[in-house]
Amino acid sequence: MKLMKTLLASSALTAAASVGVAQDMSNEMTIVSWGGAYQNSQLKAYVEPYVEMHPEVTVVWDESSNEAVAKLRAMNEADNITWDLVDVVAADAIRLCDEGLAMEYDPDELLLEGDDGTAASEDFGDLIVSDCFIPQIVYSTTFGYRTDMVPEGVDAPDEICDVFDLETYPGKRSLEKRPINNMEWALLCDGVAKDEVYDVLATAEGQDQALAKLDTIKDSVVWWSAGADTPQLLADGEIFMGSTYNGRLYSVIEEQNQPVGMMWDAQVFDLDGWIIPTGLEDAEQARVEHFLAFATDTKRLADQANYIAYGPARLSSAPLVPENMKQHMPTDPENAKNTFVYNYLFWADYRDDIDARFQSWLAQ
Amino acid sequence: MSNAKDDDAVAGPVPVAPVDAGPVLAADGTPLKRSLSRALRRQKGRALLLIAPLLIFVLVTFIIPIGSMLFRSVENDIVANTLPYTVQELASWDAETGEIPSEDVFKAMYDDLFLSAEAKRHTRLGSRLNYEQTGMSSLFRQSGRGIDDLAGDAEDALEDAVPAFGDGETWYALMNAGAGEGNTSLLSNVRGRIGRLNDGLASADMDFVPSAEIAAVLPRTARTYTEWAVYTVTEDERVPADNDPWELVSLALVEELKTADLSGLSGDQAALLRQAQAVEFDIPPYSETFAEIDDEWVTIIPWETIQTHSSKYTAGYFLNAIDAQKTPDGYEWQPEEKQILLTLFGRTLFMSLMITGSCILLGYPVAWLLANLPASKANLLMILVLLPFWTSLLVRTSAWKVMLQSQGVINDVLVWIGLVDDANRFVMINNQFGTIVAMTHILLPFMILPMYSVMQTVPPTYLRAAKSLGATNWTAFWRVYFPQSVPGIGAGSILVFILSIGYYITPEIVGGTTGVFISNRIAYHISSSLNWGLAAALGSILLVVVLVLYWCYDRIVGIDNVKLG
Repeated sequence: MKLMKTLLASSALTAAASVGVAQDMSNEMTIVSWGGAYQNSQLKAYVEPYVEMHPEVTVVWDESSNEAVAKLRAMNEADNITWDLVDVVAADAIRLCDEGLAMEYDPDELLLEGDDGTAASEDFGDLIVSDCFIPQIVYSTTFGYRTDMVPEGVDAPDEICDVFDLETYPGKRSLEKRPINNMEWALLCDGVAKDEVYDVLATAEGQDQALAKLDTIKDSVVWWSAGADTPQLLADGEIFMGSTYNGRLYSVIEEQNQPVGMMWDAQVFDLDGWIIPTGLEDAEQARVEHFLAFATDTKRLADQANYIAYGPARLSSAPLVPENMKQHMPTDPENAKNTFVYNYLFWADYRDDIDARFQSWLAQ
Repeated sequence: MSNAKDDDAVAGPVPVAPVDAGPVLAADGTPLKRSLSRALRRQKGRALLLIAPLLIFVLVTFIIPIGSMLFRSVENDIVANTLPYTVQELASWDAETGEIPSEDVFKAMYDDLFLSAEAKRHTRLGSRLNYEQTGMSSLFRQSGRGIDDLAGDAEDALEDAVPAFGDGETWYALMNAGAGEGNTSLLSNVRGRIGRLNDGLASADMDFVPSAEIAAVLPRTARTYTEWAVYTVTEDERVPADNDPWELVSLALVEELKTADLSGLSGDQAALLRQAQAVEFDIPPYSETFAEIDDEWVTIIPWETIQTHSSKYTAGYFLNAIDAQKTPDGYEWQPEEKQILLTLFGRTLFMSLMITGSCILLGYPVAWLLANLPASKANLLMILVLLPFWTSLLVRTSAWKVMLQSQGVINDVLVWIGLVDDANRFVMINNQFGTIVAMTHILLPFMILPMYSVMQTVPPTYLRAAKSLGATNWTAFWRVYFPQSVPGIGAGSILVFILSIGYYITPEIVGGTTGVFISNRIAYHISSSLNWGLAAALGSILLVVVLVLYWCYDRIVGIDNVKLG
């Protein structure tokens, strides 16, 4: 009986303690993002409004998203998590979740309902691709081309397979130095039906087929590894066409007024969003959750589209996106006639395998 | 020598040592050898104390982190820590027979997987095994999701029949030893297991001890309940008595009660268990449950993979690092289309040598000029040599991009003066040429400075003397000056070679596909594929290669001949 009492007392104490701390929110928040125009859109759309409402909060930015997975793992092993909220692409979120480095959450508990009253889990819908991933925007990887380099008497390229057509469209192309997306495009242009691409790619023959297709343009390809490479190469006239994120192309076309055109065909949709690292102090976590509920509501996500050409991840935000930006969104019906959805589970399994083959092919 | 004798020696007058027996003694009577070594030890201790701050600093910030990182290249305890019972059961299974493992293995796997899914460790194991066998990652992820269906049904059936089992306290009263005899060895086993699973110590205080009586009759139930209790206390920091245990415990109970002999038990608990014995719930073979989650489980592939890679230490990462792999049939090369790393090692060495060579060629005349010009001009030149040092590495690399690209400065000039046709511009970037040019430029100061400081010490009179004795300019240089500058070349070469072999950022930017180094692969495995074991193995190999080359250099040139000034 005495034991029972002790147990009850201690559990009551723990409960009381946790409630006490939950109300107490830390006033400093370290947010990890990508830097550049994207981070700026986050700053303008929700960090600044939030800090205005809660002036006691100071936000520290860390532009480490591209190495977030490795850094978080190192922090976790050192048992010293210094980040409160991390912006990562969905594939990285899945990895972090797998590794137990990102916190699982309940969408309906953590996130607010949409403006139209739909529950968060439905408003975000399928975009919650991992139990740890809080979707923010939809972006796409697609092609841009130099309008002044289109050969005379030929229509501007408007199909993905034009990338592989060196006869009609001679010139250099830039592709990302990794198999993801390139293998899918190669198969699509080698006559594989869209819904069979991943089945084919899972086999050694399918990988051979994709690489053989890429082989036909290999000599004309400049391989990029940073998102800024293709816009730069396009601006320099180094390449005729190249793949990159649609927001980057938007800024080359609209903000820098370069003679560059968009080719939306077979654009690959991908997601970017937040994860909360595991092992935060209670006060820090309370602050992050408080901020997140605000930053992912319908209005804030729609606001973000004012600053960058990425689509909001909430369905209910779509109608609020300003008209002049709609035409630049990857999700705009005009642009999304033929899209391709990145298969996270496939790449989680096959990434290392295909990457080894791809790198070995590149080195040949 | 005993202490008593020492004391005697000190107390008495200086003894006259017998000529033929006993050791030589010092003035104070202790044996000379000992007093010498004591004096030396004190000296060494003092020296050690003096360097202690640096030593500790280097140890803590350099040796230990690098050592622990390199250790990952052989560490492989994740398999045995996550699936301990499965690994144990699998030991007696022979993949050669081509048959899937027995029901016992599936059952052990069920328990292991259930626990690791609760602890969210199964996906981590999946990623580890996916390095060896494609598809394991999604297999584990899916299985973690589907694993509790069966146990959930069992729990529902149990709670329908005996509602008391819906209450955590009933369970606690049943499983806890209380006043009776406790099975502490089970408890410490489970603590060890949970601790290993979570890379920590599951040593939190708890009042629960599994009852020895129950553990004897219902071993699996007792074990799974204890696992849950330890996990609940250490990870969730909750009290076992207030919470309902995992569905797995209900499943174990329902299954064990079908065959258990309860005659030895008495009291309330026995009555409760007899009541529960009446639960009608058919448990399908575990292999069927697994087959339902994924057909892959009823093939030998996952089992073979687990068995092959279950040892605590593995050579697997090192094998992968040299394009080989460990398969159930032994070691073999990776399929040819996946071999990449040996090529990269070879290329890294080749290009580092090329860069070192071109640094020598370009650096030698500059260093000679620096050492022989009048001071005012030499200083100006020195600033030009050092200027790149003060510019960011990224800026210098990007500048080369602007220079070398096909619409770049060099090509534009060549086209403008008509040397090159506009359609056939030179390809000077995104290949080995680009990497060699950019890195030669970046590393050049590391070659020039040691050369310069050595050349400065060569007296100009030697050259004059040689010439006055009738040597031609070339002979005087080659026979008199050059040999004296070799130590500088040696020092510069080692510096440049070792720096370039681990270079990462420049090859990444200007290397394209044929100009990248092994370090780019290491970076990929550290930051995007998260295969730190492989990255550590690659790093270890690189380290060993550098050390071996250094050793060769020492044997051939002699490290004494290297001078930095």
